[in-house]
Amino acid sequence: MVSEDLDIANKNLPAEQGPVQYVNELTTLNLGPTHPATHGIFQNVLQMDGEKIVSSEQTIGYIHRAFEKIAERRPFYQITTLTDRMNYCSSPINNMGWHMTVEKLLGIDIPKRAQYIRVILMELARIADHVVCNGILGVDTGAFTGFLYIYQERENIYEIYEEICGARLTTNMGRIGGMERDLSPTAIRKIKELLVRFPKILREFENLFNRNRIFMDRVINVGSISAERALSYGFTGPNLRAAGVDYDVRVMNPYSSYQDFEFDIPVGQSGDTYDRFMVRNEEMWQSLRIIQQAMDNLPEGPYYADAPQYYLPPKQEVYKNMEALIYHFKIVMGEIDAPVGEVYHAVEGGNGELGFYLISDGGRAPYRLHFRRPCFIYYQAYPEMCKGLTLSDAIVIMSSMNVIAGELDA
Amino acid sequence: MLTNEEVAQTIINQFGEAVSDFDDPYDLLTFSTTRETIIPLITYLKDHQTFQVGFLTDITGIHYPDSVGKEFCVVYHLHSLTNNFRLRVKVFLSADDLHIPTASPVFASANWMERETFDFFGIIFDGHPDLRRILNMEEMDYFPMRKEYPLEDATREDKIDALFGR
Repeated sequence: MVSEDLDIANKNLPAEQGPVQYVNELTTLNLGPTHPATHGIFQNVLQMDGEKIVSSEQTIGYIHRAFEKIAERRPFYQITTLTDRMNYCSSPINNMGWHMTVEKLLGIDIPKRAQYIRVILMELARIADHVVCNGILGVDTGAFTGFLYIYQERENIYEIYEEICGARLTTNMGRIGGMERDLSPTAIRKIKELLVRFPKILREFENLFNRNRIFMDRVINVGSISAERALSYGFTGPNLRAAGVDYDVRVMNPYSSYQDFEFDIPVGQSGDTYDRFMVRNEEMWQSLRIIQQAMDNLPEGPYYADAPQYYLPPKQEVYKNMEALIYHFKIVMGEIDAPVGEVYHAVEGGNGELGFYLISDGGRAPYRLHFRRPCFIYYQAYPEMCKGLTLSDAIVIMSSMNVIAGELDA
Repeated sequence: MLTNEEVAQTIINQFGEAVSDFDDPYDLLTFSTTRETIIPLITYLKDHQTFQVGFLTDITGIHYPDSVGKEFCVVYHLHSLTNNFRLRVKVFLSADDLHIPTASPVFASANWMERETFDFFGIIFDGHPDLRRILNMEEMDYFPMRKEYPLEDATREDKIDALFGR
């Protein structure tokens, strides 16, 4: 209310009622759709009482691309490119998760070497995902240095992808039934270099943040959520573990030889922004442990399963092998029918349980495909988490939740 | 560890006629129920002393235009984190009467999953606090994941079956 109005109102009042009390009006504030701190295109309409957030309402769907509908007309191997574009910070995890779902449907067992290569790539992707999330959380609290230090390593991980498959962001290195090609000596050298270099940089990153007074003031007790509420809201991944529930798909329903590796599940206590940050940091250490073990014990042998009717053959084979040429043609033209079946397969994605629910009616494409996208499910808890806090808190809560617009909308 | 048979038997004992079609494709216990039973069923599973199915993984819909009287299906994926046991519950609905009670009082996560199912299939969740479209725009007057909206022009001549030996 403007002061002039207040004066007029006071003049017109009978004297015995006294002056009008100042009444807080709620301010409507649009955070997004394209705000630099939302890290994606989605809108939050905040109702602010001065500095405090009273309520908020989310609008999503700005980049909805109807992947589930498109998938109903695509052969199984073409759907890989759709999964790339969901959580684009860690697309190998999405790819491999999809391939494992189809392999489950087709009943293909893939060789150990391919499984270990998948584990290495998925853990590299997890590191890249957490690097982005934690680095950006630093930027949102005003600390740019740590972001610059650690972002270089994401670039190096992308170079490993590039060495393996030629692509960086929307990778295409897995196949139904194994890998597209084996790890080249250069790729192995780059992974080993990363294993030596990354711990130092991660340690430096931690030194910059973990006991930093300004950072701690900004994130401790901000956006807390109890374990019970987190479970009710369908949290998974680091966000759930920060609230104190040690649920990790890699341990509970191991896939792709995860049972062979030793690693811990970092768990937080209060479920606040600091715990989410710390859980992600700790997970990067655990991922390094897994990659180290997988590199040390990388089995010899083929890198794809003996399932020629489903495995898209490597291009060199297609040029000189008649069988490979025939299968290549049949797979690319979508001639391969899948058996009738109904599969749910979940992998531990960068920000939680990424599930694929696939119904096949025996055709060349899924009858129905549904992605259980972790951040679509838990993002609805955001109004509850930032209620009563300030706008600057709302920004760090959103960063620490790791909401990826591509996965949110699918 | 819970076995599929054990859980199935307990559910049959509790709900009798209201649950049917027990199956376990790829070791995931799957069964159907009616829309009157679905909320008591998931509440029962959640509060059960040993099962403790306290996590709603997913809700989604499926459209089967050819099965008369059972055109739509709402699928619930549930997970017991303490027992590491997953199960899948289906509710079939007729196209004339697309109403089903909401699960959002039981699980907060059901809110957006049901909005998404409504958005794409037009299934109405009775009692839902805020049943609006979520990913598509409000002005849309159709439900795009239904099978009557084919994705690509089915008359394309370069894709006729005869050319590919189908």
